[in-house]
Order: sequence, then structure tokens, then C-alpha cells
Amino acid sequence: MDRPFGLLAELTYACPLQCPYCSNPLDLSGYGDELTTGEWLRVLDEARELGVLQLHLSGGEPLQRRDLTEITRHAGQLGLYTNLITSALGLSARRATELRAAGLDHVQISIQADEAARSDRIAGTPSFERKLAAARMVKKLDWPLTLNVVLHRHNVDRIAGVLALAEELEADRIELAHTQYYGWAWRNRDGLLPGRDQLERAEAVVRAARERLRGRMEIIYVLPDYYSRYPKPCMGGWGRRQLTVVPNGDVLPCPTAHQVPLPRASVRDHALAWIWDQSPVFQAFRGTDWMPDPCRGCDRRELDFGGCRCQAFQLTGDAARTDPVCQLSPDHEIVAAAVRAAGGPAPAPGPALIPRPHVRPRHPETSS
Amino acid sequence: MTEPGARPKLAPHVRLSFDPARQRHVLQSPEAVTVLNDTGAAVLGLCDGQRTLAEIIAELKPRYNRVPADEVSHFLDRLAAAGRLEANDG
Repeated sequence: MDRPFGLLAELTYACPLQCPYCSNPLDLSGYGDELTTGEWLRVLDEARELGVLQLHLSGGEPLQRRDLTEITRHAGQLGLYTNLITSALGLSARRATELRAAGLDHVQISIQADEAARSDRIAGTPSFERKLAAARMVKKLDWPLTLNVVLHRHNVDRIAGVLALAEELEADRIELAHTQYYGWAWRNRDGLLPGRDQLERAEAVVRAARERLRGRMEIIYVLPDYYSRYPKPCMGGWGRRQLTVVPNGDVLPCPTAHQVPLPRASVRDHALAWIWDQSPVFQAFRGTDWMPDPCRGCDRRELDFGGCRCQAFQLTGDAARTDPVCQLSPDHEIVAAAVRAAGGPAPAPGPALIPRPHVRPRHPETSS
Repeated sequence: MTEPGARPKLAPHVRLSFDPARQRHVLQSPEAVTVLNDTGAAVLGLCDGQRTLAEIIAELKPRYNRVPADEVSHFLDRLAAAGRLEANDG
């Protein structure tokens, strides 16, 4: 059995932002009973023993947890490489200094666009200027800085401006990732999916910027899978390289797998090693034995692992079907129809977007 | 890194460590883990920004039967291209 390399720790779903592309669950009410500090420290111990080397601290907004510094310090002592994925709201000078002293290795800040009005509109709250101030502070504290921009039809035409901003902020990396349609993004898909002409323009900008910034800034560009010929190798294969622990202690092969009808597995009931090795949720789609046609006989089955189980479930109602993104899938027309609807040379104003609700902290370990 | 006089070192924020779970050395960096074989770990252990590539290869010779110079520099080139290694200018 492969050992996991990375643990995505979704510490809380409390978040001051209301991004309509959020991948958090649509029903956020079941996650208020968050793991305590002690429970998280135990999860980290078990994860390290299992072989985890990278810890991604996320949410929601992980800075909403009062114990973030303590969790980070413990992870560092275990030899985990720690990566904070944040909106930067709540990253005060005091907290940043504490986290630096606790050994936090890397900070990843989301921005929603290249200028305040658009970024704040997408985030649902005034945040752009605070994000820039936090990004500058991160560089001043000598952390590596990654900017993280989720792309969709309302900001993909601003890529050149986003890259210029990243250059000005001296970001070490920028991750330009097209929206993946889960959670709130799934609900808002038809208002978020960009047109093909938008993608073509964006790709040209990215190619030129990569050339210009070679050796100075790493540019990661994640294509929208709806426009790909083959599906993404989701999480590098189900239960193969990564695991996710969500705020209430449920463990999942990926952050959106809660929607796939499989038995729950919680760190409150089981050891992490048992969950990884033996739990039904991790065994369900591991390897290639579960695969239907056309995946079963496909040369790409160990390259993309049949694509994304959550997407197959969302689009067909059956998590064990080939990801409909794949042009070889018998269900590909579902994706093709969505792409056609988004198409046309001048993208029409899409349907109104439903913001993810602003979730206030409820747990004592979470700050208000 | 192909110059014999290059002095390679790990990029800032990249860590070389031993993983007891896998019994392997690994390189940890912001979004990636590279699992190393013994020779790779030995090479990187000497990439301190002081030793030149030629010195690193010479130092490894007594420890390993066969350390082809072009393989070492190719290995380091790949890591440099991935941003995990840089040359010491100082």
C-alpha cells in the first residue's frame, strides 16, 4: 500500500469570505462540532507515523482557529512541511510573527482579481487591500509566498493584471487554477464556467508570462477540466497520495468526497492508519479493480485513474462511472452541453451567483 | 549545474530530511515531496553552496563504485529546473 504524502487539514469552515466558487460543502451545518486542539495534535502524530510529510492548513479560514500557532508548532516539531492556505484576513502582524516563530514554512494567499472592486465583489467582503498588505508582510518575514487565484468567467480576462500584481508583490509562485465544480462552485457552475475564447486568450497570456518570468516566479496554470480531452488524475489517485481531515474529524480521500455515498470514517472513532489502510471509504476506488469500461481497458488508467469520483457522481449519479469529462466517457455529452452553453465569442452575462454564506465561528477553539 | 565549478545548494525553503516511515531521504518544498535514493541523498547532502560540482563528484567516488559525472549533473539540473536547487553566486 502506498503511504500518503500530504494531509489537507480543513481546520474550520468558518470564513469571513463568501466566494461563490467555494469547494466547501453546501450544507455547512454538520461541521460545527470541530476537533479540539488535542485531537488535531493527535491526528498530526498519527499522520506523521503514516508517512505524511506535507501539512496543508486550510478551511474555511484556518486563521479563525485560535490554536493555529500551536498546531503549526507541533507539526514543525514532527518534521512536517507546513503550508498555510489563507484568505489573509486575520493575518495581523502579531499573528504572522507568532506563526513565523512557530516554524510555519510557507504561506499561500488567495486573491480574487487584480483590483479591489472586482476582488471584493467576488469575495463578498472588502478584503483586497488587506490581502496585499498581508502578502507584503509575508515577504518581509522571509516566507516563500504563493498567490492563489481561482479562475472563472468573471476574472479570467484579468490574468495579465493578476500576473503583474504577483510580480509587484514578488510572489515566488502563483497558482492560477480554474474553478473545479464542487460544493458552491457546482451550484454556481453555469455562472462561472468561462467560454472557450476566454480560455484561449488566458493561455496565450500565461505562455508569454512564463517566458518572461522564468527563474523568478513559478507559474502554475491548472486547466479547467471541462475543456480537457482527458480527466484530471484527481488527488493522484483515490487514497494513493493524499488525505483530508475535515473540521468534524471525518477523513476523506479528497475534500469533496463527503458527497459520495460511502460510510463515514472519523478520527474520533478510528486510528488514522486503519482509516487509510482499511476503511471502506478509502478502499472504495483505490487502484484499478473498481473501474468500468472504457477505463478498464484504457492505456491511461494509471495516468488519470478514471478521473474524479465526485464529478462522476455529481454528473451521473454513479461514483463508479468514468469521469464524464473524458471524451471517451459514454456520458461525455453532459460536459459538452455545459461547455456549449458557456461558449460563444462574447460570453453573455451568466446567471446570478449565489454566495457561499459567511459562516461564523461556533467552536471554543475558533475565534470570533 | 553542468559547470564543474558550479557550487550548488538547496533553494531557500527546501528541506532535505530523513523520513523514518519510508526509510528514505526526502526533499520537502512548498507543494512537493521528492523521495530520494541513497545516491541522490548523498549528492544533495554535499550541495552546501561551498563545494563545487567537481568536488562533490570526487568526494562521492570512494563511497560508491560508480558515480558518472554526467548523471550527477543531470540529476542536479532537473532539481534546479524544478526550483529546488540553485547555484551559489557568492
